Amino acid sequence: MRTRFHQSLDELKEKLLVMAGFAEQAIQRSIEAYRTRDMALVELVRRSEPAINRLEREIDATALDLLAMEQPMAVDLRFILSVIRINADLERVGDLAVNIAMRTRDSVDLAQVDLPVDIPRLGTLAAAMIRKALEAFIDGDAELAESVLALDDQVDELNTAAFAALSALIRDQPWLTAQALNALLISRNLERVGDHATNIAEDVVFWVHGRDVRHKMNAA
Amino acid sequence: MGVGIQVDNLNAWYGSTHVLQQITLRIATNSVTALIGPSGCGKSTFVRCLNRMHETAPAARVEGTVRIGDVDIYREASPVETRRRTGMVFQRPNPFPTMTIYENVASGLRLGGINKRADIEPIVERSLRQAALWDEVKDTLHTKSGASLSGGQQQRLCIARALAVDPEVLLMDEPASALDPISTAKIEDLIFELKDDYTIVIVTHSMQQAARVAEETGFFLSGQMIEFDKTDRIFTNPRDKRTEDYITGRFG
Repeated sequence: MRTRFHQSLDELKEKLLVMAGFAEQAIQRSIEAYRTRDMALVELVRRSEPAINRLEREIDATALDLLAMEQPMAVDLRFILSVIRINADLERVGDLAVNIAMRTRDSVDLAQVDLPVDIPRLGTLAAAMIRKALEAFIDGDAELAESVLALDDQVDELNTAAFAALSALIRDQPWLTAQALNALLISRNLERVGDHATNIAEDVVFWVHGRDVRHKMNAA
Repeated sequence: MGVGIQVDNLNAWYGSTHVLQQITLRIATNSVTALIGPSGCGKSTFVRCLNRMHETAPAARVEGTVRIGDVDIYREASPVETRRRTGMVFQRPNPFPTMTIYENVASGLRLGGINKRADIEPIVERSLRQAALWDEVKDTLHTKSGASLSGGQQQRLCIARALAVDPEVLLMDEPASALDPISTAKIEDLIFELKDDYTIVIVTHSMQQAARVAEETGFFLSGQMIEFDKTDRIFTNPRDKRTEDYITGRFG
């Protein structure tokens, strides 16, 4: 029995879950900050980035050590590879949360107008994708991971609709260009969050079943 | 040139102990196949059935069919003939200690009735070159004994001795487990070179070694072959839970 090694894998998983908690919280706070125009939340999101970056490096270092020292095989090898990939995805989610927070900060000084785009709904969906993908990771639940995919289609559709509506707004009411561009960028960032959630879900399937579903998912 | 090996419903016993049960597999010509599994799982017995060595043990018995190339070795060939076609390398290098390096390699040829120096010399040189040992021993062939070489050199000498009789199959039972990492790497490089000319079956306790050298890997457990597949499949995503538990160390 390689008890010590398997304890190290559990520790690696715990570290990644801490990282996941930070990233998920950052994205939720950034959406809430946009909705409520709360600058304190913007600041919290901005301040969380260094911690996420530090955790990313720590997790990478631990995973590298385990690969070098333990030469894992089969499900353990797939697990560590998935952790490395998910780690990179979570770090990017943290960056996207900061982007959204910065766009929110820039919006505050502009006149508040009703925009033809439902950012909170898009945000709720993207955050739900991240949460589901992480739940799938916690439980090693490939079925739940696969259910994340359907949500990605919805996020993509909302983003595409936002692009069309905001492009039209800029054309028809050019004095609202600044507000429309901020909303457009936030929509785009949330769509990217959905993509990272999809990547995490694909990595869970790979870890659990050893199946690489990436291209199939992209083609779907 | 190597030949393929076909094993069908192979069973082996030591007395009443059924140590191999219904083993069926195909080993491709000029390939390297690794056999892994915990101690006592039957993998060494299995290779000893491939050259009819198992039956030399007291109260040992074999049933089933082993075809090496076109020959059913238990019905159409003698043990001596079978062993000529299947060279064997063991865990501990076992050169003949009182013989020179040259005589060690030539010993199998002499047993086979080849006695003329002019016939033997080129074979000794070819075998030592194939075993990647020639450059290290060519000046001391007739002066140094096999036992005076380092462990890694002794193992390559044993490989040269096995190759001298021109076998088609090379069986290796943990050939590098008593060697340091550099000698191990030399043996592994050698296995890679030799597969162009021989079909190689290697028993190993090192899963990393199996992963490095073998195209296909079989996992043995309690006398049964649990899984046989492409090596990369076995080590990244085995089909059987027992294989996965063994290679990830979740066993026992």
